[in-house]
Amino acid sequence: MQRLLTLLLLVLTAGPAWTDPAADREAMQTFYEKRFPSIPVESHADGAYAMDAAKRAQWQEMEEFPPYEFTVDEGETLFSTPFADGADYTDCFAGAGAVKHTYPRFEGGEVVTLEMAVNQCRQAHGEAALAWDSEELMALVAYMAYASRDEVIDIDVPAEAKAAYERGKQYYFSRRGQLNFSCSHCHMQISGMQLRAEVLSASVGHVTHWPTYRFKWQEVGPLHRRFVECNEQVGAEGLPYQSQSYRELEYFLTVMGDGLPINGPASRK
Amino acid sequence: MMQRRKFLQAFGLASVALALPKIVFARAVEAFKASSVDDVLKNLLGDMAVEMSDQIKFKIPDIAENGAVVPVTVSTDIAGVEKIYLLIDSNPTPLSAVFDIGPKIMADVSTRVKIGESSKARVVVRTAGKAYMTEKEVKVTIGGCGG
Amino acid sequence: MAKIKIRAKVKNGVASVKSLIPHPMETGTRRDADGNVVPAHYIETVVCEHNDEVVMTAEWGPSVSKDPYFAFKVAEAKSGDTIRIAWTDNLGESSANEVTLK
Repeated sequence: MQRLLTLLLLVLTAGPAWTDPAADREAMQTFYEKRFPSIPVESHADGAYAMDAAKRAQWQEMEEFPPYEFTVDEGETLFSTPFADGADYTDCFAGAGAVKHTYPRFEGGEVVTLEMAVNQCRQAHGEAALAWDSEELMALVAYMAYASRDEVIDIDVPAEAKAAYERGKQYYFSRRGQLNFSCSHCHMQISGMQLRAEVLSASVGHVTHWPTYRFKWQEVGPLHRRFVECNEQVGAEGLPYQSQSYRELEYFLTVMGDGLPINGPASRK
Repeated sequence: MMQRRKFLQAFGLASVALALPKIVFARAVEAFKASSVDDVLKNLLGDMAVEMSDQIKFKIPDIAENGAVVPVTVSTDIAGVEKIYLLIDSNPTPLSAVFDIGPKIMADVSTRVKIGESSKARVVVRTAGKAYMTEKEVKVTIGGCGG
Repeated sequence: MAKIKIRAKVKNGVASVKSLIPHPMETGTRRDADGNVVPAHYIETVVCEHNDEVVMTAEWGPSVSKDPYFAFKVAEAKSGDTIRIAWTDNLGESSANEVTLK
């Protein structure tokens, strides 16, 4: 296991000359298959709930009538409310918003997340952009995630996107904070183990279930909010939502989850 | 207290003036304010003895994912259930909820409660003449009251 | 505030009712981001009716969770019956919603 991990980390941390997102994803998914032979890779979309039966049972009770439903309903109403110019979100997003599995994308020289695409749509139709932490944006993205459920993540990394992809990958493998941990330490090396009463989930399933209703937040929040918390948990400073580093990290993680189903929004502790 | 209640019950709720609902609710208001389990039970049950029972199914996690939302289900086959009380010992006011089980309702309710810190949780089921209780220990790592 | 969500299924004369009730359920002990105490605001009474007859009441304290989930079972129920759930809170606000059993 140690040798396999070292080999994988060597492959995955190699520089841009070797950039091969498909090979990276293959390597990462194989890593988790070997580490958790009884958990099918797609099940990691459920995070820690794929690893712990007691937690899973509680989570399933919550999912019977989940608290994010109100936010999804709000989002559905917003999604079909026309802009001042008469158009609405369906003019920007196909399939009644079922597009979450195709974001982030590399467009216009940068990584574009779904949140950014929502604001681009708004601005294209003369509306003001929504704040990255606004309830309205959360509701819209929650609705679109819900509409995209069961769609399989399908992300391209064209040649011009490789540098951004690499930066996201480097972020994932770089140590940071007072505790000097990288994402890979907790979410690969000791994934499945407990750290401060938390079970550490597999990165391959990290992006599938966002936005998420965290009981801790008592509301639906975005992936980038969780990145901030992870940064703070290792004693590093969080970055603003939708900052370049977070978008590129999200891009990398989504490529790693290619082939997994969208299962957001989700409730989590 | 007991005689008065029996008298009122004999007459039937519908035929008694507004006074009855007020009496029922006033008692629960006091119970909700009580800060110890003993005071809550005294308030709700008066002198009625409470018997431990294994006939109450009390589903609550051993380790709560988050103390803000702990799923709870209470069900029992005990006949003639009139009230189900849910208490969380460590909460500042232990009485969490009171369910008035009318004759057309099954004694099977579910909700989600806040538990501030690791605690004993109790269910008391009351019939016309008796009270039964069961309890469980719930561990909480993240407190439920806004931490 | 959003409407109470009710899902009900009838089987063998028993209606299994599940509801999700939007409400802040503030305990009155929490502080907001600016350090001010958020005043207590929670549902005190829930009344459930089956075909306009009160079949159950519940009394809640602030320790019931935010946006409470509430599930119960009504006997002698059949397709076409109405289930209504109404609440009042400590500030005198109230709301209600109903469904027809399929």
